[in-house]
Amino acid sequence: MPWVKADRDLCKGYGNCAMTDPDVFDVDGDGTVLVLRESVPEADRSRVEAAVRSCPVSALSVQDE
Amino acid sequence: MARSAVIIGASVAGVRTAQALRASGYPDAITLVDQDPLVPYDRPPLSKQFLAGAWTTDDFSLLPAGQADRLGVEILRGRRAVSLDPGRRVVELSGGAALAYDVLVVATGARARPSPWPVPDRVFVLRTLSDARALRSALRPGRRLIVIGGGFIGAEVATTARDRGLSVTVVDPLVAPLARLVGDKVGRYLARLPGRYGVETRFGVAAEAVVADGAGLSARLSDGEVIRADLAVVGIGTVPNDDWLSRSGLVVDDGVVCDERGRADGTGSVYAVGDVARWYSPGHGCHRRIEHWTSAVDQAACVGQQIAQPAGTPPLPGADYVWSDQYGVTVQLAGSTHATLEHHWVRDQLRPGRLAILYSKGGLLRGGVTVDWPRAILACRRALARRAPVAEVSRTLAGMLGSPSGAAQPRTAAAAGGRGNHRARSDAGKDASETETASRSLRAKPDVVPEPGKGR
Ligand SMILES: Cc1cc2nc3c(=O)[nH]c(=O)nc-3n(C[C@H](O)[C@H](O)[C@H](O)COP(=O)(O)OP(=O)(O)OC[C@H]3O[C@@H](n4cnc5c(N)ncnc54)[C@H](O)[C@@H]3O)c2cc1C
Ligand code: SF4
Repeated sequence: MPWVKADRDLCKGYGNCAMTDPDVFDVDGDGTVLVLRESVPEADRSRVEAAVRSCPVSALSVQDE
Repeated sequence: MARSAVIIGASVAGVRTAQALRASGYPDAITLVDQDPLVPYDRPPLSKQFLAGAWTTDDFSLLPAGQADRLGVEILRGRRAVSLDPGRRVVELSGGAALAYDVLVVATGARARPSPWPVPDRVFVLRTLSDARALRSALRPGRRLIVIGGGFIGAEVATTARDRGLSVTVVDPLVAPLARLVGDKVGRYLARLPGRYGVETRFGVAAEAVVADGAGLSARLSDGEVIRADLAVVGIGTVPNDDWLSRSGLVVDDGVVCDERGRADGTGSVYAVGDVARWYSPGHGCHRRIEHWTSAVDQAACVGQQIAQPAGTPPLPGADYVWSDQYGVTVQLAGSTHATLEHHWVRDQLRPGRLAILYSKGGLLRGGVTVDWPRAILACRRALARRAPVAEVSRTLAGMLGSPSGAAQPRTAAAAGGRGNHRARSDAGKDASETETASRSLRAKPDVVPEPGKGR
């Protein structure tokens, strides 16, 4: 199952991940990414990977566990 | 012959297209071609983290080591596409080689508009990694820099140079340089940011000449002033890299003209994405060339999926979106932010540097600009996607004011005395006397006013 990781120190609050996959990502009041669900079903992998590619500072990654 | 996709240009639009092709199950060969031997790297850090010395090139590779192999993507570096024959489906490369394709994606981007006053080693432009390296080594503390052009690139270079201890003057013929994008009032607000950051401006006057002067430069302005400096950066826009297509038969008009899904020739064998592409926008009723990172990524996702799954429905690009880190704040724009739209301002009294301006027409949200308020621009982008009424968005933003994380840190003396960055961040919105009235016990009130307050 894909696992989502976010580096909150790298995040600049550009918000692209939260536009691409709103079920998994949001941005908090301080402008930093929030991961809403750390493990996502296999069926959602391509959307979560698109969200990872949409991050301008490469703060996100998907790993397998 | 084996089937293949050829992508010309290995920057963000080209690389993301290759990734989207594979993510959508494209089984055949993919070749990326770029004239720049240093690709694939990303550009936004070139004026920010890389120029500042905070990041190395490893931090902004678009395809980190091993990924190209894992994806099965071949990259030809240092090779320029010189012509295209869409009838025979062949691209000719510099050096005489030719590449055959089934599907071609044009992702050749744009180049910096050259300086009208070239002075080697003293007048710089910023578009490529080698431009950034040259500029970075010239940005030495104590030097004087003139930035010609007060747009995003100029503002970001000015900020980074200031942070590195240079004295900086930005020159732009407009009184409020970003007014072209956001209208006069918001433009005037943003035009006050450089002064607060310790950057001098000459807005409303044009540079007329830049010439070598001793070991440095002097710039003559339209009001007669002469400014002396050690170096200059010229950020006056871009030119699309579409020249190589001029005899291809494709429609090229300040960019490659495409339909609303990036098809350039009507047959689905040639697409264009990113800064070089001029897609039809149904929402605007015209073709538009958009030069923002997120549009390049959105277009790449649309085209990659379309090629790999011709029967499917590709994701169409969302509303325009761009961010810029300048003068210690993050400015974010989404949708249409045209001067002719109605707009109103939302401020957070507990966080005076934080600001949103909502643009609307006929009660519908059409766009937004925020300063240091990422959550608000996200709300705008989501609302634009749903075509939501502006009243709903302004309620959403009002609800964010005074929320625990939304207003956690009223400005304190300690924060004001911190690094340059932080100081400017806190001061960006209002002057100190106004700021001081915000206290922890004060509940944030939505401060929704039709225009900016006077006297700042
Ligand atoms: C310094 C800087 C800072 C920026 N900051 C931001 C920001 O904060 N936010 C934002 O939204 N956008 C920003 N942008 C804009 C963003 O980087 C661009 O929109 C994006 O790079 C466009 O990607 P692209 O792949 O379409 O084109 P480009 O990045 O221009 O890449 C085109 C590639 O094609 C290659 N090429 C060109 N012609 C040929 C040819 N004939 N044959 C082979 N190869 C060719 C080039 O070498 C280049 O690698 C910034 C741009 C710069 C320069
Ligand atoms: S896209 Fe990247 S920078 Fe933007 S909010 Fe998500 S993680 Fe942060």
